[in-house]
Amino acid sequence: MDSQPNDTPTPAPPDMNRRGFLRTSAMFAAGAAALTASLKPLLQLKDFTSVDKFLQKYYKEMTPEDMEKVLKRIADDVERQYQVRPHVRDLKPMDGVEFVYALNLTRCIGCRKCVHACVKENNQSRSPEIQYIRVLKMPHGSLDVEKSEHNYSPEAVPEKGFFYMPVQCQQCRNPPCVKVCPVHATWQEKDGITVIDYDWCIGCRYCMAACPYGARHFNFTKPTIPADRLNPEMAYLGNRPRSMGVTEKCHFCVQRTRAGRYPACVEVCPAGARKFGNILDPESEVSKILSTKRVFIQLKEELGTSPRFFYYFDV
Amino acid sequence: MIKAIHNYIIFLRRCVKIAFVGDWRYYAWMGLLTTIVLLGINAYCKQFVNGLIVTGMSDEVSWGVYIANFTFLVGVAAAAVMLVIPVYIYRNEELYDLVIFGELLSVAAILMCLAFVTVDLGRPDHFWHLIPGIGQFNFPASMLSWDVLVLNGYLLLNLHICGYLLYSRYCGRKPSPWFYIPFVFTAIAWAISIHTVTAFLYVGLGGRPFWNSSIVGPRFLASAFTAGPSLIILALQVIRHVTLYKISDKALLTLRSIVQVSMIINVFLLLNELFKEFYTGTVHVASLKYLFFGLHGHHALVPWIWTAITFNLSAMVMLVLPVSRSLKWLNVACVLSIVGIWIEKGMGMVIPGFTPTTLGEIIEYHPSANETLVCLGIWAFGLLCYTIFLRMAVPILQGQLSRANEGSDHLTTQPPPKVVADFHF
Repeated sequence: MDSQPNDTPTPAPPDMNRRGFLRTSAMFAAGAAALTASLKPLLQLKDFTSVDKFLQKYYKEMTPEDMEKVLKRIADDVERQYQVRPHVRDLKPMDGVEFVYALNLTRCIGCRKCVHACVKENNQSRSPEIQYIRVLKMPHGSLDVEKSEHNYSPEAVPEKGFFYMPVQCQQCRNPPCVKVCPVHATWQEKDGITVIDYDWCIGCRYCMAACPYGARHFNFTKPTIPADRLNPEMAYLGNRPRSMGVTEKCHFCVQRTRAGRYPACVEVCPAGARKFGNILDPESEVSKILSTKRVFIQLKEELGTSPRFFYYFDV
Repeated sequence: MIKAIHNYIIFLRRCVKIAFVGDWRYYAWMGLLTTIVLLGINAYCKQFVNGLIVTGMSDEVSWGVYIANFTFLVGVAAAAVMLVIPVYIYRNEELYDLVIFGELLSVAAILMCLAFVTVDLGRPDHFWHLIPGIGQFNFPASMLSWDVLVLNGYLLLNLHICGYLLYSRYCGRKPSPWFYIPFVFTAIAWAISIHTVTAFLYVGLGGRPFWNSSIVGPRFLASAFTAGPSLIILALQVIRHVTLYKISDKALLTLRSIVQVSMIINVFLLLNELFKEFYTGTVHVASLKYLFFGLHGHHALVPWIWTAITFNLSAMVMLVLPVSRSLKWLNVACVLSIVGIWIEKGMGMVIPGFTPTTLGEIIEYHPSANETLVCLGIWAFGLLCYTIFLRMAVPILQGQLSRANEGSDHLTTQPPPKVVADFHF
């Protein structure tokens, strides 16, 4: 590229056509060489995409046969990368089910076991580590997140004078992230879970700007998961490994909850602070909690997002 | 029909050819820009391979200088109308031909905008998902889908207007008003819309109180109509210096009054925002506190914003005083306005929206070297485009490149002294 000005040394007008031609050719050759040199980093590109992946249809437009092919492609990719044959399914929402989460702020001790169980269950990148749950250490008496501490690391929890508030995707009834996505790559399913088609996301990160809860996370580089830590029980809209350049977030562990199990964070909580279930079933634990507790909180209620994630207290 | 297409192809070919002809200064300038563009491409390739991790962005500050530059340049593109309005609505003949230079600038600005959005994408290979009809276009819900439509529409409108007027001039015939006047008026409304839609992109986010304010739209327009015409004033003077194209001082002074009024409105709107936030002092003042004074020991943007404020205020004073009737001072005021608004509307607009984060953390953002190179590359690309456009447009407007002299190839092999070789700095 630097040679270009040197190749055109003559301020005097070239009066012969042949000289003009040679000069032009030299210019183009230098230009092409410089362009090739500047493109050199592309040589390190591997596994970025494939013809199948590039042309893959939008989730909602896939026929069952298309989906079968895609699930096989995903399983093959995972096996090639991690030497583990996964069990990838496309789990649909169940009829008559709307999932709701309730979290007891009196009980949470801030141990962050949920954070790590989530990473393990959902095949998040370990380096750089992506976490769907952020536990805020809050001074007694205030729900102002600006007073919170995120990176607390005392000898032991809980600490006197503080309470702990885990925040993850609030599964809003009115999700701003869904509204802003320019390509419909994220949407709300009928069981209330907002999901992402990771193969459709263009990585514009508008949803991250829109989310009032910091729930969305971006794969700034190729995610790395040690092969022996991979969870092979996977769902298309859930915990299958993501690629570089797309967003992800908590999906209430669709690979578990749509198969009749609890989310990993509920199972692991040693304090029993986390409750999960079907709000359409009046007998469910969450229905009971929401109908009997005097006060519960939807985080940033004033924004009109109407979360399906409720914080409550033992009074 | 075939004849017409043939003629048009000859026209295009001659335009392309002339872009490669110039004196040593032209080659040096283009060589410099090309070098920077290539460095930018190289930096982007690194980003393409390794991901956006090579930038300074994070989950917490998920947009950075790419989107900041994008926002600024949409304003520059919109500002072309500030030349169009006086000509077509107020019949200011002084600016008549200059409209083309303004619109060419907006074409270059839109190209830069599109480049900035593209480099910001995590999956540029999924770009086709955005194409209406082929992909899944979330219209009208997503403001980003509006932006895709209005920006591309504006690009086409301006390409048509400039292309048609220049080709008519090339052919030596009077342009038919039916073929461009309706488009000119559409473009005026459209220009306002591109910047309003870009403002709404931010304003529509309830979770970001710094952006979720109705003053953002008006402030965007006021600052655009300051920075855009300032850039045009500077560009016109460069054109006047390096070519024999006549541009009167009066034309520049007309633009000066536009910049003058816009800057006053811009500063006034800023005062409105500052009063509302600081006087009431709700929790939402945190972002502005971070921007102007720093928050909890984090001060990354403080020197930037005070530079911007100082520049804007000094520019305003200069523009209001009669000193800026002298071009020397006008140029200083223009440079100050451009830099001031670039900071205020770029970094000063995008970053505080993310700081503190929605969960109350303060994560500072600093653009990385690679990210900066990509930005420089795109700016150089825009300047390269604008230079090429001018290289084509000026000889056409002056009649040196026209249908009449089609047979004589002298322009491409032997630059005549008038257009190319006769520089008078």
